[in-house]
Amino acid sequence: MSTFIETFVGGLLAGTMYSLVAIGFVLIYKASGVFNFAQGSILLFAALTFVTLKEAGIPFAAALVMTILILIAGSVAIERLILRPLANRSPMTLFMATLGLSYIVEGGAQGLMGAQVHQLDLGIDDVPLFIGDVLISQFDLVAAVTAVVLVGILALFFNKTRIGISLRAIADDTRAALSIGINQNRILQIVWSVAGIVGLVAGMLWGARQGVQFSLSLVVLKALPVLIIGGFTSIGGAIAGGLIVGAAENLAETYIGPLIGGGTTSWFAYFLALVFLYIRPAGLFGERVIERV
Amino acid sequence: MNAPITGGGEPLLDVRNISLSFKGVSAIADLSFSVRRGEICALIGPNGAGKSSLLNILNGVYLPDAGEVVFDGEHFRHIKPIQVARRGIARTFQNNALFKKMTVKENILTGLARHSAVTFVEQALRLPRARREEAAFSDRAESILEFLELQAYRDLAVGTLAYGIQKRVELGRALVSAPQLLLLDEPLAGMNAEEKEEISDFVVDLNRHLDVTVVLIEHDIGIVMNMSHHVVVLDYGRKIGDGTPAEIQANPEVISAYLGTVH
Amino acid sequence: MAVSSVATNTKAQLLSFSERRPRWGIALLLVTLLVIVPYFGSEYWLDAIIVPLLILSLAGLGLNLLTGYTGQTSLGSGGFMAVGAFSTFLFGIHAPFIPLPLALVGAGLIAAVVGLLFGLPSSRIKGFYLMVTSLAAQFFLEWVFLNFPWFYNYSSSGTVSLPHLALFSLDIGSTAGRYYLTVTIVIVLTWVAKNLLQSHVGRSWMAIRDMDTAAAVIGIPVHRYKNLAFAISSFYLGIAGALWAFAYLGSAGIQSFGINRSFQILFIIIIGGMGSIEGNFIGAAFISLLPLALDYVVQSVFAGHVDAGLLQNVQKAIFGFLIIWFLIKEPDGIARLIRNAKERIAVWPLRF
Repeated sequence: MSTFIETFVGGLLAGTMYSLVAIGFVLIYKASGVFNFAQGSILLFAALTFVTLKEAGIPFAAALVMTILILIAGSVAIERLILRPLANRSPMTLFMATLGLSYIVEGGAQGLMGAQVHQLDLGIDDVPLFIGDVLISQFDLVAAVTAVVLVGILALFFNKTRIGISLRAIADDTRAALSIGINQNRILQIVWSVAGIVGLVAGMLWGARQGVQFSLSLVVLKALPVLIIGGFTSIGGAIAGGLIVGAAENLAETYIGPLIGGGTTSWFAYFLALVFLYIRPAGLFGERVIERV
Repeated sequence: MNAPITGGGEPLLDVRNISLSFKGVSAIADLSFSVRRGEICALIGPNGAGKSSLLNILNGVYLPDAGEVVFDGEHFRHIKPIQVARRGIARTFQNNALFKKMTVKENILTGLARHSAVTFVEQALRLPRARREEAAFSDRAESILEFLELQAYRDLAVGTLAYGIQKRVELGRALVSAPQLLLLDEPLAGMNAEEKEEISDFVVDLNRHLDVTVVLIEHDIGIVMNMSHHVVVLDYGRKIGDGTPAEIQANPEVISAYLGTVH
Repeated sequence: MAVSSVATNTKAQLLSFSERRPRWGIALLLVTLLVIVPYFGSEYWLDAIIVPLLILSLAGLGLNLLTGYTGQTSLGSGGFMAVGAFSTFLFGIHAPFIPLPLALVGAGLIAAVVGLLFGLPSSRIKGFYLMVTSLAAQFFLEWVFLNFPWFYNYSSSGTVSLPHLALFSLDIGSTAGRYYLTVTIVIVLTWVAKNLLQSHVGRSWMAIRDMDTAAAVIGIPVHRYKNLAFAISSFYLGIAGALWAFAYLGSAGIQSFGINRSFQILFIIIIGGMGSIEGNFIGAAFISLLPLALDYVVQSVFAGHVDAGLLQNVQKAIFGFLIIWFLIKEPDGIARLIRNAKERIAVWPLRF
């Protein structure tokens, strides 16, 4: 029984990492209705930048600030050069543009900073902790706490600040928001910056766990099932989705894996997502879209 | 320009006690009227009176809460759009539901898609039966293009054309399948006086020469009164008038319903 | 109401005149492909450039039927290509008496069935959700062809290859043989695609793409045509996959058909032109030749001091930039750019 709890809890904690990545997607989807395929590349870019700066001798805090500034600059560029020219196009077109963006960011990031694995030490030791009978990883715990704190900050941001409220206005009814003078371009730049910062945090945690390397950008492919299950438009959904996927994946690998030769983690999440698609296409917390003729 | 009614004049379409509400708000309340074969019947009424909803019911897009529709002797209440199309009812939309990237001729040809009796394998290999059907379809589309004077636009992408031309293409797409009943949803919306006359001429033409019964929703009362044989007036989902244009124009309830609204 | 502009009338006339020219154009193209290219082409060019280019065009055509014409975005191309490749291999191992053309068709049909299975839920889901389904297909198939050794006949490398390519006991393993196999299949399947697209099948697909609710209302059975698109698209992809493995690479593992392959095919149709036939060839040419051109430029400018990894990353960034550029400037791809240029040339004398 404790194996089950361990696997389950371990999965939940791992799932918070998925949630962190998924939150970045939700932010951008809420603001501009586009699934940002480049989120993974941005995550990689952010982590790589941070690590490279640190390796160059720059202290932790300064490197963090510099990375954030670079991310903001990048977001402004993305909004100006990509989002604005494609303003009224279909969501598919925008998605494909983010696909292209991911190639640019990846090619650029690795071209500039190299493709080798960088170790990232955040000062968190991955030691096993015992809570009662259950074994959990300290690192996972820290990651989970970080996610919670981040979500708390984001919640404050969206509900209490003017910018946050403007974002929700745009997400709700773009035309109305524009007509009362909300600057959509500025909002988009801000949202992409925030998403970038969220990506940075996620990237740092993932990077600390498995090294900062190219495969980091592939987390985006894990984010999709999380978003399907939790819904594209809700941060709460991203969290719930991440936890569900994390736990289910872990349980599947432990209990079903041995029966069919293992390696279920590469696709189990997607199958779960497919099941959800049948039962509840909008996701647990998503909004249903009604089509009009 | 009241055209004489063709055909025997038996009811082609019978709407019986149709009711529809959205989340508690009643859109249509116990509506009944008949449309005779060969006539042009106009549904008029202030905005929000339930006209588009009725068309959507006839089309199978909405399901009525109560009542039924009898078309050509067949009763139907819960019917899917594709079955409606198969029974010979065609329709146009307020927003020009055309296929923007396809050409005018291709758009018109899509109206025939459901008539195809050829399998995809025959099409893939261009077997003689497929070629014959393609030629027959093409001829049919050409005759519609001619009727609506659209030949010059034949190979142009519909999305690039003027609104009035697009409306004609939509009409063509609906006509090409030789429907018995044509439902027109505000065919004159968004047009200037010249374009409106053109379209209404075409509608009268197709009613007279192609034997198509027409039910249309429209706001331009002047034109509607001129071209229709039969007018049904709705207000808040109820029928408040049903008769010839002359009768309707004299109906006090209709007049007061309109005086209360600004057009 | 008559059309007033003389220019428009004449333009219409000119265009229909130029439509007669395709007859000659196609004949010329066929002669080029079937006679001139194999005669003059060096082995290197045929083996390393032209054959893969043709196969990628075929894959692009397959994906285009589903994504460009029917509007269903799929990221599972790689997986379906794998199904075709592995199925052909298994036919060769377990039923070697089946002649190659039949094995290829069989493999295509198997891929079609698999594609259909993954496409069935698409009747109820659209857009991103469909993309997820296709990604699921991609990852699932990758997992299957890696973890079940039966598919690659328990070979330790996990790759499959045909012992020799033979067409009714005629050995076609040579460069010329593989070229003719590829080009013949591509020509036939392109012809079939053209027939489908110019018929009610193609029009129904495009109607679904442009506005599926309207398509349903005018009587088009949307589910049926969507399923058909999935099946036929996967058929094409399956055959392309088999050709990729056996007419080009010689032997292939599932790595040749991963998610990056799916992206590559998608890029081909975006750059070449979604919703066009010639676009696939243009896009494939672009994707195949750009790395070479880039290589050449960089080598001659920097005289060979460039790291191969850096070059790859630069290429990647350039691809990304091109995708975005095309999406902004010309979403219908290079094919549309060419068509516009042709139209402008046709009307040019009358612009004044």
